[in-house]
Amino acid sequence: MEYKDYYKILGVSREAKPDEIKAAYRKLARKYHPDVSKEPDAETRFKEVNEAHEVLKDPEKRAQYDALGSGWQSGDHVRPPPGGGARGRAEGFSQEEADQFSDFFSSLFGMGGMGGARAGRSSGVGGAGMHADPFAGRGSDQNARIRLSLEEAYKGGTRQLRLEVPDIDAQGQVTRRTKTLNVRIPAGITEGQQIRLAGQGGAGFGGGAQAGDLFLEVAFEPHPIFRAEGKDIHLTLPIAPWEAARGASVPVPTLGGTLSLKIPAGSQSGQRLRLKGRGLPGKPAGDALVQLEIRNPPADSAEAQAAFEAMAEHFTSFNPRATLGV
Amino acid sequence: MSTNISALEGVILDERTVVTVTELTQVCGLSLEQVRSMVSEGMLQPRGAAPEQWRFTGIEVRRTRRALRLQRDLELNLAGTALALDLLDEVEWLRNRVRCLEHQLGDLADADGTN
Repeated sequence: MEYKDYYKILGVSREAKPDEIKAAYRKLARKYHPDVSKEPDAETRFKEVNEAHEVLKDPEKRAQYDALGSGWQSGDHVRPPPGGGARGRAEGFSQEEADQFSDFFSSLFGMGGMGGARAGRSSGVGGAGMHADPFAGRGSDQNARIRLSLEEAYKGGTRQLRLEVPDIDAQGQVTRRTKTLNVRIPAGITEGQQIRLAGQGGAGFGGGAQAGDLFLEVAFEPHPIFRAEGKDIHLTLPIAPWEAARGASVPVPTLGGTLSLKIPAGSQSGQRLRLKGRGLPGKPAGDALVQLEIRNPPADSAEAQAAFEAMAEHFTSFNPRATLGV
Repeated sequence: MSTNISALEGVILDERTVVTVTELTQVCGLSLEQVRSMVSEGMLQPRGAAPEQWRFTGIEVRRTRRALRLQRDLELNLAGTALALDLLDEVEWLRNRVRCLEHQLGDLADADGTN
C-alpha cells in the first residue's frame, strides 16, 4: 500500500489547525477543479486534495492517520495497523466518492457503507458522478474525453472507446471492469462539444437499478495545417509575390479535398479570404478561412539577385513603411 | 470482463438539442426548484414563459451540469456560481482567441538596431 502524505498534498504542517486545513483545501480545490483548471493533471490533483481533506477535516480519521507515524514518504509501502478500517468505517461515502479514493485510503478507512446519501465530491471530465441522486441505486454518471482528428470530425464515423467502469459486486465491493463501446461520431462535431450516451455510465446497484449516463467531451488533435474555431477551419496559404500582385488561381487544401482558389490581383500578406461552407459540415456548415502569406523566393543565385534588383530599380518610389512615417 | 455493444448513437449537447424542464432535471439530477432559481438568476435562459413550456438547449444542459459540480465541489452559492460560469465562458473564449493569434505570429529572431 503506497503511503500518501495528506499534509504535504494540502501544503500544511502536521500541526495545522482545522481552519488552516480548510483554507488550504479551499484554495487548492478552486485551483485544481477540473471545470476551472486547464492543467493536464488537474483531475488527479483535485482527487488527491479531496481525499486529503476528507481525512484531515475529520478529527477521528485524522487521528487514525496520524497514528501511522510521520516517518513515511509519499509512495512508501505501508501496512495498515491491525483493526484499522478494512470494514465498516466509511459510512456516508457515496459510490462515486469511494470509487475516487485511493487504495491507501480504503485500506485505512474501509469501503463499507457504500451508497450513502451524499453526492460524490469528485467530478469533472474523466471523473465520475454528479447526481444528487433521487434513486438510491442509480449508477454514477461518467465523463470521458475523446480525441479526434479534424478529418474524423469532418467525415464522422465510428470510434471505439475503452472505458474503465466501476461495478458493485454482490458483497458491496467496488470492482473495475473494462467496457468497450463503439460510438458513432456525427460528421461536423466541434471541439468541446459533449455527446451524452444515456445509460452507458456506471452500473446501478441493487436489482433493476438504472445505470448512469456517459458524457463524452470532444477534443481535437492538433493538425499540421488546419486550425478549427467552432465549425470554421483556418488555414495560412503561402503565395508568391507575383501571384499576389497579378492575381492567380492557386490550389488550396481543405478538409473536403483540394480546391482552386482565385487570389485577387493586388493581394497582400495577412489578407483573409472566405470559402463559404468549406469548413466542418453542418446546418449551416462552417467556412474555410484562408489567410494569405506572401513568400519570397530565395535570392540564392546571381540570377535571382538580379531579378530582385530589377524589381527594386523598377519600384524606386515604393515605400512599404509609408504608414509608419519612416 | 469486457462488454461489446455496437455503434451507439449519442445525443450531441449543442444548440439544436432541445429538452424540457423534466428532461433537464432527470439528466442533470436536480430539482425543479433548483432549475427555477437558476433561471431567475439568469444562469439558464429557456424559451417559453412558464416552466411547463420551458425549453432548454444542449448547451444549457452542459451549463447546468457544470454549475452543479462547481456549486457542490467549491461550496458556491448561486450568485457565485453564476459569476464563475460567466467568467469561465469568457476565459474559454479568450484562450481560444490567444491560440488563434499565437498561431499567426511568426518566428522571433534577435536583430541589431543602430542609430
